[in-house]
Amino acid sequence: MERDPARPMFDTNELVINMGPQHPATHGVLRVVLKLDGEKVVDADVVIGYLHRGVEKLTENRDWTQIVLLTDRLDYVASAAANLAYVETVEKLMSIEVPRRARYVRTILAELQRLASHLVWLGSHAMDIGAITVFLYCLRERELILDLFEEFCGARLTYNSMRIGGLPQDVPSGWLPKVLRFCDVQAEKIEEYETLLTQNRIWLQRTRGIGVISGEAAAAVGLCGPSLRGSGVGRDVRKDEPYAAYAEIPFDVPVGTGGDTYDRYLVRLEEMRQSMRILRQAVEGLPEGPVMAKVPRLIKPPAGETYHANESPKGEIGFFIASDGKSTSPYRLRVRPPSFCNLQALPQLVRGHLVADVIAIIGTIDIVLGEVDR
Amino acid sequence: MAENDQTPTGSEAARPAPAAAPPPKAAGAAKAEKAPPAPPGPPDPPPPPDLPVPAFIQELQSALPGGVAQLSHWVGDWTVIAAPGRLREVAAHLRDTEGARFDYCSDATAVDWLGRPGPRFDLVYSLYSTALRHRVRLKARVGDGEASASLAPLWPAANWLEREIFDMFGVRFEGHPDLRRILMPDEWQGHPQRKDYPLEGPGELILESPQDWLRLRQAASESETE
Repeated sequence: MERDPARPMFDTNELVINMGPQHPATHGVLRVVLKLDGEKVVDADVVIGYLHRGVEKLTENRDWTQIVLLTDRLDYVASAAANLAYVETVEKLMSIEVPRRARYVRTILAELQRLASHLVWLGSHAMDIGAITVFLYCLRERELILDLFEEFCGARLTYNSMRIGGLPQDVPSGWLPKVLRFCDVQAEKIEEYETLLTQNRIWLQRTRGIGVISGEAAAAVGLCGPSLRGSGVGRDVRKDEPYAAYAEIPFDVPVGTGGDTYDRYLVRLEEMRQSMRILRQAVEGLPEGPVMAKVPRLIKPPAGETYHANESPKGEIGFFIASDGKSTSPYRLRVRPPSFCNLQALPQLVRGHLVADVIAIIGTIDIVLGEVDR
Repeated sequence: MAENDQTPTGSEAARPAPAAAPPPKAAGAAKAEKAPPAPPGPPDPPPPPDLPVPAFIQELQSALPGGVAQLSHWVGDWTVIAAPGRLREVAAHLRDTEGARFDYCSDATAVDWLGRPGPRFDLVYSLYSTALRHRVRLKARVGDGEASASLAPLWPAANWLEREIFDMFGVRFEGHPDLRRILMPDEWQGHPQRKDYPLEGPGELILESPQDWLRLRQAASESETE
């Protein structure tokens, strides 16, 4: 056969490969259909839904109080954040004033949860790229947080740690000094992670200039949380629409400049330091008083709709709830899942990168499939 | 319970058949008769007269006369309800006007108000402005089987969110770049978040007889080729 001189001698068809759903670096059951040109990613299609349990449909058949349990199972490495977002939305719907002490304890729990979630993120992200030591270090410190949660509410993963109107119980005696002690330990350990990664040549080569997105594009595609702030957009629900006790506690919102994987890493590390700053202030300024508002035993919000957002470790978690005012369960409950909205940006981020970078980019947007699929 | 399982699956099986047009509605009507009173829909209370309307909403109302069908305020949230067929226009105005600048579509969802007079679905978009740090909810009403204008060309974030609405409620979006199911399998029949869809799923039809399942698949592929 005559060779066409315009075509190269070897075949250069695009290759379509499946990454997942059973792939250790996809953090759950995520399937990405990659279209490759050699080692380069031309396009990616994200296939989700493998973990779909119909949480939103289930809530239409559960009591308002039972739904707190379902929110535990959304982002299962940050249950308390989802608990908080849900109970606050119902409180907004019912116009319940939560006691100040409860708001402070909620802030402490939310920040502990943020640290725990960021530790899981840092550990698994670094391990995906090849730094296994960091993973062991991070899970070691996460244990300390889980111990604190266990002492507070008895559970280590699915906490069910909030109630509509306040908290199930006050903090146990001797718990607050333990939180402070944990902060001291954690502050040292963060330096340890930094010595392993921040100036590490391999780490820099694997993360710098990888998955770059501009601030404008990031906002348009719906990135949220640290993934959005890494691109220089200073959007943090804790600052912009304060809830719990965040309005009374000073803290900084770190933002990146370049919008690449390395910047998102730096933003999250700085967020962990800010979380400890918030924790210390919240423990020291914790007011006395009750931890539960006066709430009717049978919860039945008036008819109406509302949307309320919180800053979970992954980004903006929001609940849209419609109540018909008659039944003891929501007419419609919608979760705005931060992981879902962050994952949407994946094809945009991986285009033009190598296959190995896809792993780094999936790590950097910090997704939990339980929340993506609900 | 058994009867409950049967009705929707029966209608699903009949839906792709060319002549039998009304079955999904019939299933809905039967359910609505059984359920005591149909929910009247969201109250959407008008704002109290002494509350100043935000400037960007006033501007919207003057720039697009008739574009806003209704205005609502409840527990601190402003809701703009777009007039039928004018959702895209209102959304584009909210995104591009200097005083509004809603550059962030934080959420899009739908509510199925089965049995209310008027259109069945409420589409709800939660918009946010990262520059001006304010929020508004944009609503549009769509009837069963009608299509709505997609907002994905304005905010790429709406792409997956609208796909989920399509998957869960069966509302179609005109101008959407990639309208496929997202959470449910591609060959799934029915839309799970609809109020007339049973909580237990489509029942035991699939397990009982593989023939039924094959027939459903065939019907689906036929309706696609049409």
